Amino acid sequence: MAANDIWITGIGLVSSAGEGRAAHLAAMTATAPAALDAASFAPFAIHPGPALELDRQIPKKGDQRQMEPWQRLGTYAAGLAIDDAGARDLVAEMDLIVAAGGGERDIALDDQVLAALTPLPPAEAAVKLNEMLAGGLRPTLFLAQLSNLLAGNISVVHGVTGASRTFMGEEQAGADAVRIAAARLAEGSSRIALVGGAYSAARWDMLLLYHAGGLLRHETQGAPWAPVFSRDDAPGAVTGTQAAFLVLETEAGARARGAKGLARLGAIATGQARRTPADPGHEAMAQAFRRIAPRLGAGRLPVISGCSGAAAATVLEREVLGGLYQPLAVRATGSRIGWGAEATFPANVALAALCLSAGVFPAPMEALEAPLDGAPADILVTGFAAWRGEAMAHLAAIPAEAQP
Amino acid sequence: MSRFTDHAGRPLVAVTGIGIVTPLGIGAADNWAALTAGRSGIRRITRFPTDHLRTTIAGTVELPGEDTGAMTSSQRVARYATLVAEEALAQAGFGPGNFPGPLMLGMPPVETEWPYRLRLAARAAPAAPLYPALIEAAAKWDEMYELAAFAGIGEKLAERFGTRGAPIAISTACATGGSAIQLGVEAIRRGEAEAALAIGADGTVQPEALIRFSLLSALSTRNDDPAKAARPFEKSRDGFVMSEGAACLVLESLEHARARGAKVLGLIRGCGEKSDSFHRTRSNPSGEAIIRAMRNAIADAGLEPEAIGYVNAHGTSTPENDKMETLGLRAVFGEGAPPISSNKSMLGHTLSAAGAIEAAFSLLTIRDQLLPPTINHEEPDPAITLDVVPNVARAAKVAHVLSNSFGFGGQNVCLVISGETS
Repeated sequence: MAANDIWITGIGLVSSAGEGRAAHLAAMTATAPAALDAASFAPFAIHPGPALELDRQIPKKGDQRQMEPWQRLGTYAAGLAIDDAGARDLVAEMDLIVAAGGGERDIALDDQVLAALTPLPPAEAAVKLNEMLAGGLRPTLFLAQLSNLLAGNISVVHGVTGASRTFMGEEQAGADAVRIAAARLAEGSSRIALVGGAYSAARWDMLLLYHAGGLLRHETQGAPWAPVFSRDDAPGAVTGTQAAFLVLETEAGARARGAKGLARLGAIATGQARRTPADPGHEAMAQAFRRIAPRLGAGRLPVISGCSGAAAATVLEREVLGGLYQPLAVRATGSRIGWGAEATFPANVALAALCLSAGVFPAPMEALEAPLDGAPADILVTGFAAWRGEAMAHLAAIPAEAQP
Repeated sequence: MSRFTDHAGRPLVAVTGIGIVTPLGIGAADNWAALTAGRSGIRRITRFPTDHLRTTIAGTVELPGEDTGAMTSSQRVARYATLVAEEALAQAGFGPGNFPGPLMLGMPPVETEWPYRLRLAARAAPAAPLYPALIEAAAKWDEMYELAAFAGIGEKLAERFGTRGAPIAISTACATGGSAIQLGVEAIRRGEAEAALAIGADGTVQPEALIRFSLLSALSTRNDDPAKAARPFEKSRDGFVMSEGAACLVLESLEHARARGAKVLGLIRGCGEKSDSFHRTRSNPSGEAIIRAMRNAIADAGLEPEAIGYVNAHGTSTPENDKMETLGLRAVFGEGAPPISSNKSMLGHTLSAAGAIEAAFSLLTIRDQLLPPTINHEEPDPAITLDVVPNVARAAKVAHVLSNSFGFGGQNVCLVISGETS
């Protein structure tokens, strides 16, 4: 059974660069990050998201009220992708795979509870916890917190009601979401899929998580911001609000409805090394590249990198890319729109597709980013997660004469 | 269609190992004995104080020599998942640390819980325990990160059991366990792997989670008689009872299982899903999505509805679910609907684990040709005309079971589980 070829026929992108294709093309040709807020969550800088006119994608106020910013952001970007693909009439049988983190906690309530509990002996604190949570939690907040309710909201708001799966696991979840959505299309289980994720950077609860993991750039050790491959002073990610959804279709399905493709989605490989001396993580991705390499043209290979800037992952990625025996032109999206956990890999696939469809490639921002002449024909997307997980995808341009 | 492929030419997917941990006990044998005896695992909560709570009962897993109440949800999920995987892998005859396929882990979202918040506050003192101070106090606390990161549990399990590739952690609310099995079946059918380790696990019985469900008015408040609180399909049902546990299925292509001489415990013949766009917590009054999910699973198995001999119901004991599930079953099966029963009448709702636990019990139902009962069936609901196998287990001829899982957020997953020779 021949596997179906897969086209990316729509992208929905929101980030500190703005929303949609034009804003992101502009950000890709800039040589500074799109926007930076070094004050609100100091000592951590973030790339804030744009103000969204929610009514454009989430028309019912009642739906907006049922969500917090993270779900609204993702639901909004999912709608952008469906519109970008012109696929509103295909939502009923559209697969949906979402890479999700957790939704917002009630930060003010957390602070009140902890202030009340800390002076108490443990037995009294446990009773006080019940009292304060039972009286203080908003009933609807639970639904805004549930990871799978981003997918649930996309179903409710946009009517996407095919298969629905929510993957959890930071960047790795984003990569596996794209991989499995593509695999289902390739084998013919589905003809169209919506896949992606969202990350809201303006959240103390997420900074708590990622700082515990030692994954964030900390301003007291260096400047608030530097490009990701130039963060030796304070290695770590600068998080960025971002949401990215892709509409993937079989080439045959896209042609049948006259939909143009932004790019062809080729091989995707994911792995998860222990990142120990015995299992450092080089081999699986080197193997994945060897499968992709025969399909690539000669010359400098354009790479859209998901490098976060986190110490160990950055070293690993540089070693793996350095071992590919091919000159590269690497561009780290972390330097342009920041790092967005679950949204990172789908965003980078979307940005690569956008570059291929427009025949452009981001301008270099630091010494490690070698210049690239001419329009890219292939792009390698990397996803070396800040903590665990490695991924690689190959995208190819669709020549104008091959479009429907 | 060879003896190793199904009606669509895909590899048949066998189950060669089962592991179960629930409030009824540790291990598939003890659980099955308790379930078919109609025993309830629901008790008064002793894990934490229940002052100020509307619901004070739950199903909790007790492990000898271990204080599950002192663990965070994440630690319980990891512990229960480890236990059931060890049991299932031993039964399947796979050695330690080298499993020939991926891990598909159905689990709840996890986060930094109150015990760790309090420890952070102590670390941050004398600074006031506000987020900026807590974050500074959290710096490079790997243990806390790995408990609260969504990739943390899968990473540990993948290392311990030597599964291949990146583990996938999935959440589709109350359908999670079914989704984990479906992902494993699909990977084997696509030829990505000869085997997959599918786990559904949950350990969410902790104060904040209980309060969240309580505020949605989803939980039974029949606190006086815990064993009677979960009464799916019964007239006076008033909500589900939170519970926890885990189940693991070792999935492998039938051909692979036969080639290595493994005992085949049954087949996962069909998977169907259909999501609902009606409402975040309620299904469409037409029942359309759950009807389609059931029909998709039966069609995926290459069967007609008449072939289904028993339905392992989602049967949560909420007024809404059980009414809608009845409507859906009547639409799919008509007047000839097979008997159905709800394991949740005894287990409570094990949430992210439920789909996997109920799939495991469906396999044992076929093995022993014995339908587990729906207990606490005292006064029939006139709106529910199905045979719910009330109160007492019953012998029956069953070749194919439909196992239903319907989730908050409109995510519905159904599995068709069949005997080895079906």
